[in-house]
Amino acid sequence: MATDFSFPDAAAKSAAAKPDFETEKMSLSMGPSHPSTHGVLRLQMELDGEILTKCDPVIGYLHRGDEKIAENMTYNQFVPYTDRLDYIAPLANNMAYAIAVERLVKLEVPARCQAIRVITAEMARISAHLLGLGAFGIDTGAWTVFMYAFEEREKLYKLFEELTGARFTTSYTRIGGVSRDVPEGWTGRVNAFCDQFLPILEEILALLTRNKIFMDRTVDVGVISKADAIAYGLTGPNLRGSGVGLDLRKDKPYSGYEQYEFDVPVGTKGDCYDRYLVRGEEMRQSVRIIKQAIAKFPGGDWYAKDARKIFAPPKDKILTSMEELIQNFMIVTEGPQMPAGEVYFEAENPKGILGFYVVSKGGGVPWRLKIRAPSFCNLSILPKICVGSLVSDVVSILGSLDFVMGECDR
Amino acid sequence: MAVIPLERKPLSFAERTYLPAIASGLKTTLKHLFAPNITMEYPEQRPAIPPGYRGVPTLVKDPHGREKCVSCQLCEFVCPPKAIRITPGEIPADAPERAHVEKGPQAFDIDMLRCIYCGLCQEVCPEEAIFLQNQYSMTGYTREEMVNHKDRLYELGGTLPDEHFKWDKKLDAEKHGNAH
Repeated sequence: MATDFSFPDAAAKSAAAKPDFETEKMSLSMGPSHPSTHGVLRLQMELDGEILTKCDPVIGYLHRGDEKIAENMTYNQFVPYTDRLDYIAPLANNMAYAIAVERLVKLEVPARCQAIRVITAEMARISAHLLGLGAFGIDTGAWTVFMYAFEEREKLYKLFEELTGARFTTSYTRIGGVSRDVPEGWTGRVNAFCDQFLPILEEILALLTRNKIFMDRTVDVGVISKADAIAYGLTGPNLRGSGVGLDLRKDKPYSGYEQYEFDVPVGTKGDCYDRYLVRGEEMRQSVRIIKQAIAKFPGGDWYAKDARKIFAPPKDKILTSMEELIQNFMIVTEGPQMPAGEVYFEAENPKGILGFYVVSKGGGVPWRLKIRAPSFCNLSILPKICVGSLVSDVVSILGSLDFVMGECDR
Repeated sequence: MAVIPLERKPLSFAERTYLPAIASGLKTTLKHLFAPNITMEYPEQRPAIPPGYRGVPTLVKDPHGREKCVSCQLCEFVCPPKAIRITPGEIPADAPERAHVEKGPQAFDIDMLRCIYCGLCQEVCPEEAIFLQNQYSMTGYTREEMVNHKDRLYELGGTLPDEHFKWDKKLDAEKHGNAH
């Protein structure tokens, strides 16, 4: 069933100008498996020649019912499911989810844990934006960018693998901490990555920024005005590309983001090119944050030691002491004990604001968990900006919006 | 330390001819052409696996060659995709090898088509009996083949050096009369 969006119709707009001869409109379906829809998005388009008169996004092909699944498992068991929301940046999702549940129980994690989470979230942001740029490059005909971006992502994956044990589905955070401490010398290797990454980033961006072919495809294409961006609930680089300087890391700091100095880049026009520029600059800022976080990397605990009913006791204690063994069994079978109440927490993820609304009636299982997925909200503007553009521009627009269907359909 | 607008300069006349972009692009390509290769010949060359890698879950034996799992079923409980199925079995009190425990798994199946390699089973195991080790690729022709049964799990797991010697310590404590 196609959704009916009554948006201004390019053909209706030009109804006053009488056409020379009547043409028939054509309907064209792009996706759900189309290389430029970046996943299983389907666009139901109506064309007048080469011009779109209507564009309906059809979503839900990747729906897994994550919100319902969450109601049937303990808080820690849901962490692997958050990996699969925005699967390009699982570490950032893990962090947002963990902080949301910790806010429910008003739990403060130690400074070291916060710093680890910030470093991993920013690395995830770099990795997500590299893929975003690479895929955007392919959409506009620049293959090389993708190749060089993936070389850098591979280095990031090696670091993730060392830290979390998995390259892709990291499942790194736990309620009240992280699953393990950073390995010996890991922060040094992250620092080394950042140092060598900056010149390579410049090299990658130089392939696109002043490239006339790329600019022809993106400048003044898919313009989102400031008012529209706010009205449609856009967030992240797409909102900032339209000139709104909203960044939750600055405006509502969490996990110690207030200690770090960084700039929020905003665009001036709100076209595809601006969104590209914003992502490029955000990677530079992420490197700045990572370097600051590593420079003052705090010692101490990497999990909340006082949260005895929430974070599992250390392994050697479980094996040797009866009390800790019972505690381990309780936390696993009953779940980390949460008070009744509700909390909404949103974090600035690479794609935009990822929000978790957790309603608890006490105990170890959420009564309801709502996920506010940035890609879902960002896609809502498609019917508005695609109308009146060429079919080839739709490819640019999709690339510049940089969405992930795993999160949109969840 | 603030919001910075991104500048957009119009293209110069030279840039509008496409030539500078082509030249700089070719320069980048040539630089990478002579750089060392970053890919590897996969099945022959294998990437190094860091310690703590979460590969295929396996069951391990202790240094005495005894089964570690006591079939408490905590991993079965915690497994988010419900990939583990355990049938607990009694261990007779006169069994010489395993006199210290009362139960062991009669059957232990891990469905590798369901497993998501999250490592929660290893994290919660109170006996350090289940470990996600280095193997990362599994193949099979049928669904049945992709279910790892107990013997296969022990074959994959082998023996890991024990770090805590839980049962040896307990035995010691018992001898000295301060057991639980």
